[in-house]
Amino acid sequence: MQFLRNQLDAIEEKVKDNKYLHTTFDAIHTFLYKPNHVSKASGGVHIHDGMDLKRTMFMVVVAMQLALLFGMWNIGHQHYAAYGVNAGLGDAMFTKFLYGMFQMLPLIVVANLVGLGIEFIFAAKRGHAVEEGFLVSGMLIPLIMPPAVPLWMVALATAFAVIIGKEAFGGTGMNPLNIALLARVFVFFAYPTEISGDIVWVDYAPNFINNILGLGVPAGAALADTFSGATPLALAAKGGWSNVLTQYSVSEMFWGTIPGSIGETCKPAIILGALMLIGMGIASWRIMLSMIIGAAVMGFLLNIGGEFISVSMLKLPEANPFFAVPWYYHYIMGSFFFAMAFMATDPVTAAQTNTGKWIYGFMIGVCGIIVRVMNPAYPEGWMLAILFCNVFAPLIDNYVIQSNIKRRLARGH
Amino acid sequence: MGRTIKLKKGFDIKIVGSPKEEILTNFTSTTFSVKPTDFKGLSPIPKVTVAVGDEVKAGDTIFFDKKRPEIKHASPVSGEIVDIKRGDRRAIAEIVILADGKQVYKDLGSINPSTASRADLVQFLLDSGCWPFLRQRPFNLIAEVGETPKNIFVSGFDTSPLAPNLAYAVKENANDLATGFEVLKKLSGGKVHYNTGPGQSAPSLSGVEVNSFSGPHPAGNVGIQIHHLDPINKGDIVWTINVQDVVALGRAVQGRFDTERLISVGGSVKQTGYVRTYMGASVADIAKSNLSADNVRIISGNPLTGTGIGKEGHIGFFDNGISVLDEGNQYELFGWLIPSYARPSLSRSFPGFLRPNKQYKVNTNTNGEPRAFVNTGLYQRVLPMDLYPMQLLKSILYNDFDQMEGLGIYEVVEEDLAICEFVCPSKTRMQEILAQGMDAVIEQG
Repeated sequence: MQFLRNQLDAIEEKVKDNKYLHTTFDAIHTFLYKPNHVSKASGGVHIHDGMDLKRTMFMVVVAMQLALLFGMWNIGHQHYAAYGVNAGLGDAMFTKFLYGMFQMLPLIVVANLVGLGIEFIFAAKRGHAVEEGFLVSGMLIPLIMPPAVPLWMVALATAFAVIIGKEAFGGTGMNPLNIALLARVFVFFAYPTEISGDIVWVDYAPNFINNILGLGVPAGAALADTFSGATPLALAAKGGWSNVLTQYSVSEMFWGTIPGSIGETCKPAIILGALMLIGMGIASWRIMLSMIIGAAVMGFLLNIGGEFISVSMLKLPEANPFFAVPWYYHYIMGSFFFAMAFMATDPVTAAQTNTGKWIYGFMIGVCGIIVRVMNPAYPEGWMLAILFCNVFAPLIDNYVIQSNIKRRLARGH
Repeated sequence: MGRTIKLKKGFDIKIVGSPKEEILTNFTSTTFSVKPTDFKGLSPIPKVTVAVGDEVKAGDTIFFDKKRPEIKHASPVSGEIVDIKRGDRRAIAEIVILADGKQVYKDLGSINPSTASRADLVQFLLDSGCWPFLRQRPFNLIAEVGETPKNIFVSGFDTSPLAPNLAYAVKENANDLATGFEVLKKLSGGKVHYNTGPGQSAPSLSGVEVNSFSGPHPAGNVGIQIHHLDPINKGDIVWTINVQDVVALGRAVQGRFDTERLISVGGSVKQTGYVRTYMGASVADIAKSNLSADNVRIISGNPLTGTGIGKEGHIGFFDNGISVLDEGNQYELFGWLIPSYARPSLSRSFPGFLRPNKQYKVNTNTNGEPRAFVNTGLYQRVLPMDLYPMQLLKSILYNDFDQMEGLGIYEVVEEDLAICEFVCPSKTRMQEILAQGMDAVIEQG
């Protein structure tokens, strides 16, 4: 170990005059070694909690790993199933996983290269250390993309999100909007055909790595007769809950063997990750719980008022069948849990006061269901609901803070 | 009759080396000092009334603030002035007295706090050198002579890591303590609150509200106690005083400026315990023979709020103990991910939460680098106050005086946010920021 230490010291001596090299060195150095900084002797605390931002962020990444592993397998499974090859759940599990892993790796690499590259450049320009925020974004961005998204699009979206969404506001901790969602919303509005509709949720064509390795079904093969790439949400929008059940069973939707964004499908994996974050006290249980309640309330209102809202208020010829989807099944369609566990709880863009967190989560739950059910153009609501509530979070906090201030002033009279 | 208040929020930092309840007789201090820098708001260059080589008695005035000349600062021991240290821009950093070992007291005369008028008592305390013991909130300044405080608060216990057991420290001084409370009763415009900790037997002090507090740190901070008993509103002034200084008040009115007290010694030392000495004692003797390692930091006060004083330093005016910590100036391979030694943490990402009573060997490493505020809600979890610490600190950073006032800058001093600074994963220097904010508000008037 002393050898590594000596080498690092020698390298630092060489790079210290070039700010770009030095920033890069510093980022790698603090990743390898906890720095030897000590608390100021003249004042302030002399001891510090073992927790730092790097560890916090890393734990969030760890919490996503089950969803990631399942997502990799599911890319392979959906690919093979589309062609009717190895369509059983237990068939060729390892091959499917390998296939999915090799489809997924370029996504992860591209998102991180672009995102971290930009972070490093900005950190060097500002003379700051590279902050850890992108560790999480770099994992989230691949997980919320459709499996067949072109790499250049991911690169462009990541660059947009990091530059406009974060660096323009001052870096980690300063961004008003969730970075990963900003990357997704960029793809969503700039290239809508790549991230909506029925055909983008399954990866039909092996990428270059899989081609080299000979994994996957080669291009040109015929799709299986029974196959439809539609997600449960698209089906529900067309024909309600009964239409969903023609394609997928409830347990398939719960366990996640369905098409969708890479990380969103397996609910148990996400719930385990969420429980880990709650248990460690890293993500806010208040936001998660209130989001569940918000979605339930809105889903239930639509259940009982579907007829009235569709016909009397929206002047539709007949009730929108999506309204009647039982409120408790909303949780297992689409990306509710993923959005709840990893997106809504982002501490920088969420409300920062405890009361504010309750309101914020509840608003996301309500808005997400509204967008999902009532807007035919957007099949899924959480991305827009969370970004919308990100914008509102400072306002929510402001009211909570003002009431604290009023309480304090009132006490004096 | 006092109140019983149970606090839930907070965090006890358990550190190896909490002071054992025994008197260490093998350490003596030969020099003592008073540091003008211990007093917030004092002019940097006070008027020093002695010169190097002068002989002083315990209780003789050695300096006063030119802005408030009526407040005299006295020597804790009799002996010879051996050094007047200067710091930045010739500010007086420390006045050092070499004790003669005879401890001759200046005769203060005596006064009966129950029968004397308040004005006479105030004048007596000013002349005796006891006045600086009284601190005023907001902002922890030396109490304003012309003011009558709404209430006076005394915390009888300290929940900080390595802190002395104050009940043990004043155990033998029950009579002087009671006399000291008589003084406080005369000074207070309202009540005098004496707040005891869990398991502490409440002394019967007539006319004093004896409250019982329990809960994790910072339940022992007087600022937290004030918040729950009778919070400070805009325009309010309350006074606080350390319990060992109440004993000193009690002795002063009987005729002498006697600051004898028990100073706790804890942390990375061979022998923990208490040393019987006077205010401002030197730690040189303890440092010479009682340290268990060489690369250590000696702190006057506790590890959350104290000041590093070095191996030749003197204990601060308001501190009741010294803490010795290993310096943490070492790199640790993947230390942020896989710690090579256990460390205290609020976070349950460390296995330590499974063993809540484990005591940790700590060092001064910051365990991470400074970052922007990211985590939220963490600070409220450890601060038992209806107050938003992060928002308050941000209002200080963007200099919004109305916000600072509204968010409660009058209610906190540095030590109250120390636990937030400890848990902060972004390693924000909260006490420093709060001090800047308080200075800014004081300057605004």
